Amino acid sequence: MASQAVICIRDLRVEYETPGQPPHAAVKGLNLVVNQGETFGFLGPNGAGKTTTMNVLLGFVKPTAGGATIFDVSVGNPSARQRIGYLPELTYYYKFLTAVELLRFYGRMFGLRGAEMERRIETVLNLVELQDAGRRQIKTYSKGMQQRVGLAQALINNPDLLVLDEPTSGLDPIGRMTIRAIIQRLKQEGKTVFFSSHELGEVETVCDRVCILHRGAVCAEGSIQDLTRGKENLEEVFLEVIGFKKAGESLS
Amino acid sequence: MMGRIWAVAAVVLKELYRRKDVYVLFILTVILTLMAGSVNFFNDHNIVRYVKEICLLLIWIASLVIAVTMAARHIPMERESRTIFPLLAKPITRTEVLLGKFVGCWVACVLSMLVFYAFFGVVCMAREHDYTVINYLQAFLLHTWMLAIIVAMTLVGSLVFAAPSSTNTIILVVCTGILMVGRHLGKVAMAQHEPMQTLLLVLYYVIPHLEFFDVRDLIIHAWPALTWTTMGLAGAYAAVCTTFFLAMGAVLFRRKSLT
Repeated sequence: MASQAVICIRDLRVEYETPGQPPHAAVKGLNLVVNQGETFGFLGPNGAGKTTTMNVLLGFVKPTAGGATIFDVSVGNPSARQRIGYLPELTYYYKFLTAVELLRFYGRMFGLRGAEMERRIETVLNLVELQDAGRRQIKTYSKGMQQRVGLAQALINNPDLLVLDEPTSGLDPIGRMTIRAIIQRLKQEGKTVFFSSHELGEVETVCDRVCILHRGAVCAEGSIQDLTRGKENLEEVFLEVIGFKKAGESLS
Repeated sequence: MMGRIWAVAAVVLKELYRRKDVYVLFILTVILTLMAGSVNFFNDHNIVRYVKEICLLLIWIASLVIAVTMAARHIPMERESRTIFPLLAKPITRTEVLLGKFVGCWVACVLSMLVFYAFFGVVCMAREHDYTVINYLQAFLLHTWMLAIIVAMTLVGSLVFAAPSSTNTIILVVCTGILMVGRHLGKVAMAQHEPMQTLLLVLYYVIPHLEFFDVRDLIIHAWPALTWTTMGLAGAYAAVCTTFFLAMGAVLFRRKSLT
């Protein structure tokens, strides 16, 4: 049976206008398909166009040309986000709310109500191990706890697709391990996970397939096994395809 | 759709409550009530009217400041703290976010005005033994309808101007200007030569006439209450103006870059 495409990006081009200057193309004709159940790593150096692409997928930025669909619905349509969970890079939440109140607020966006809502809140708080801190205001949380609240809000609607923007950025090793374990668990549950990261070791551990973006265009795409064949690790592949280090050269 | 709008509005109210702004409001109410409590101190009716006028003026100033400062900061704050991103990653439109902010800010204004008018009304009526409840009710309703227009106008301002402080200043100046000279603009226009006359007349018909909602004299001088037809027309006018500003805000917000 053929895999169903969850994310489908076709000839995506995004240009940013700066007054008095020619438009700057952040993404140049990107084509990408992410299939159901895949854990997909979206890699690239800073400024490669990863966040812009994610912003298009989430409807924050309108493409200059081309387009994208999620579950066959155009990303411009808010209903495309009904089955998505999104975790931003940093913790951008209402810090005067408690975790339970925040989850209730976001749950209402998906039409959750009553007992179903409370059950879902309990499930996600247990999953991110915040059940004891759920009634405290988010401003009292540590960074790791805030990131876990972020993951909880991304999971409140039991999404079929998770979009994670550098989910372990700035976390200590324990925090990273916890987030990684949750991603692994979601993967086992058959969720599609699309995430960007600079932690290439982590990507190698959890991803089925990766795409390396550089200057707005795809430089390499494939399964981890295919890309790392004959190479030391994913980092070597990454540095090679972005032209930082030529094949066979050592950094030392 | 309504569920999402109410959810956004509830967060606005919760923020107001947790930021403790509401306590400042209550202190102000107590001061106003104490002032109102002295309305027939010398048993002189001129002093009674004068103190009531001052109290109502303070309520009006407080309401303008509350409505404008609250509505001016919400959308810029969402963008600055980047809470707008996880919110818009949910199946909610920008128009729903704007409407939620409007409902939240307006409900907060209505609640604070309810406290002001209730304290002020109860103290004044108890002291003067003049139970013109209908006048207080009409003044309260018209005041809250005017605040709906101001909140909607401020939300538009917050999408146009970069900083909440600019929005605060500009909207407060515009509202004060309309309240003070709005009613005279038509007469002034007629005394001018062309093209100034046409320009002023256009301005007269374009601006939202906030002064229509200023019926403080109903309370101060205990004038006869307005007819409910007049009230209905004023309500319809407020609804039209508010809808116009919200529609303008929705168009601006949809076009606004978030990145």
